[in-house]
Amino acid sequence: MEEVQRKELVCIGCPLGCAVTVELSGGQVGKITGNTCPRGAEYARKELTDPRRIVTSVVQVEGGELAVVPVKTLAQIPRAKVMDCVGVLKGIRLQAPVHRGDVVVENVCGTGVDVAATGEVERAR
Amino acid sequence: MKKDLVVIGGGPAGLAAAVAAREAGVEDLLILERDTRLGGILNQCIHNGFGLHTFGEELTGPEYAARYVEKAKALGIPCSLDTMVAELSAIPCAGPGEAKVAVTALNRQEGLFAIEARAVVLAMGCRERPRGALNIPGSRPGGIYSAGTAQRFVNIEGRMPGRQAVILGSGDIGLIMARRLTLEGARVKLVAELMPYSGGLKRNIVQCLEDFGIPLRLSTTVVEVRGRDRVEAVVVARVDQRGKPIPGTEEEIPCDTLLLSCGLIPENELSESLGAAINPATGGPLVDESLETNQAGVFACGNVLHVHDLVDYVSEEAAQAGRRAAAWLQGGLPRAGRRIAVCAGPGVRYTVPAFVDPARMEERQAVRFRVDNVYREGVLEVAFDGRVVERRRKKVMAPGEMEQIFLKKAHLEQVRELGSVQISVCPN
Repeated sequence: MEEVQRKELVCIGCPLGCAVTVELSGGQVGKITGNTCPRGAEYARKELTDPRRIVTSVVQVEGGELAVVPVKTLAQIPRAKVMDCVGVLKGIRLQAPVHRGDVVVENVCGTGVDVAATGEVERAR
Repeated sequence: MKKDLVVIGGGPAGLAAAVAAREAGVEDLLILERDTRLGGILNQCIHNGFGLHTFGEELTGPEYAARYVEKAKALGIPCSLDTMVAELSAIPCAGPGEAKVAVTALNRQEGLFAIEARAVVLAMGCRERPRGALNIPGSRPGGIYSAGTAQRFVNIEGRMPGRQAVILGSGDIGLIMARRLTLEGARVKLVAELMPYSGGLKRNIVQCLEDFGIPLRLSTTVVEVRGRDRVEAVVVARVDQRGKPIPGTEEEIPCDTLLLSCGLIPENELSESLGAAINPATGGPLVDESLETNQAGVFACGNVLHVHDLVDYVSEEAAQAGRRAAAWLQGGLPRAGRRIAVCAGPGVRYTVPAFVDPARMEERQAVRFRVDNVYREGVLEVAFDGRVVERRRKKVMAPGEMEQIFLKKAHLEQVRELGSVQISVCPN
């Protein structure tokens, strides 16, 4: 029989911030307690099995009126790949102009998610 | 130059106010913005989470701003960028329909110029509490920035403020910057918070600090800054219940950067130059249900009125200011008559608006307020002249999250000689 592990986390669904306790055995989510609503259980399950985040950062732009343009992943990516994703973005040099929605990296770190510009940088005058 | 409506500030509040005023039929209006582009502080808030209420999706700051900039463009609303307003003054003895406010502004093209405005929307936003207001002892080395300044460096200018940082204050900007600096390769050693609770959103504590293992120490402050030319270390100490450092709890933390995220102050020098009465609890003008200040034809909205946590509410409030300014210009807003005071009772720090006139109000009026402490299972009470008319149990209320209730015009009109509406919190 697998040992039951207890993980504690704080739900971010609302300002209440319930302290949710999750029982884990063999990587399987068991009993969830401490949540006051179903969203708390769903959040805890997702956080423990497949935590994901939207990543926002900036990318260098050459020849632009500004030195960087803001970007975001177009969907959430696994939390474990956040730093790798930012590392990839650091290596990129774009040429101005850059427009909102321009895809900057396709399929970043093999996540199947693209990174796109969220702002505009025109050519330097 | 004469204008029907001048909107001061082209951030989220100014944009939403201008759009609403134009949609309500105001043709002759102008936005004055001191930056070289519209959008205000949203341009440097590159993280996501904006617009969930307004657009039903999570946008980044620049994307949220762009939605409103595009609306303003589509409506052909003129704006003067890179233009600083130096002074607002009331035009004495202005008759009905005449210009009420003299706006003195300057820019590179026109130099110093004046606009006579029939109505004004104040939308100048707020600024960060500076170090000078925090009384941190020690030397004055480089490397001490407000969190927003650091945010501008990193997100707009593409520069890093330092490599090893301590952040004082756990408001949302401080938390967001803790993550931002970490992603950019700096090490954030500690976020220190004077209060026994964080002023930031739960989500930010989890996703900006816990995700990266950044420690948050509550009831802790910076008591000394060490270093001559550049910050070399800060000394933190625990504080007692009154916020005084406890001797013997000091700890030196080596770092090259100290970021301050210690609150925002509405920027009301212009409002004051006009003679607008200021509410000491908010730092913003005292307004009525139409968001009109004590100066006729002058409206206020957004962070210049009171500091918001969600831009969605800024847009909503500003749209109301724009609509009411339009009504005022079109003669559809009767002069303020009978005023019912809206007061902050026990547990509530302030309310906006501070007065309502049932004859002028829209069918439903939001009253926004903040509580003075964390209340679990507290009861929110609305009382008319001391008589409780509404009780609502709330699972949790915190100073960091703005609350709102709605007053109904029909309800207020039913009560004869109503003098005050009081909002208070009864602890559990």
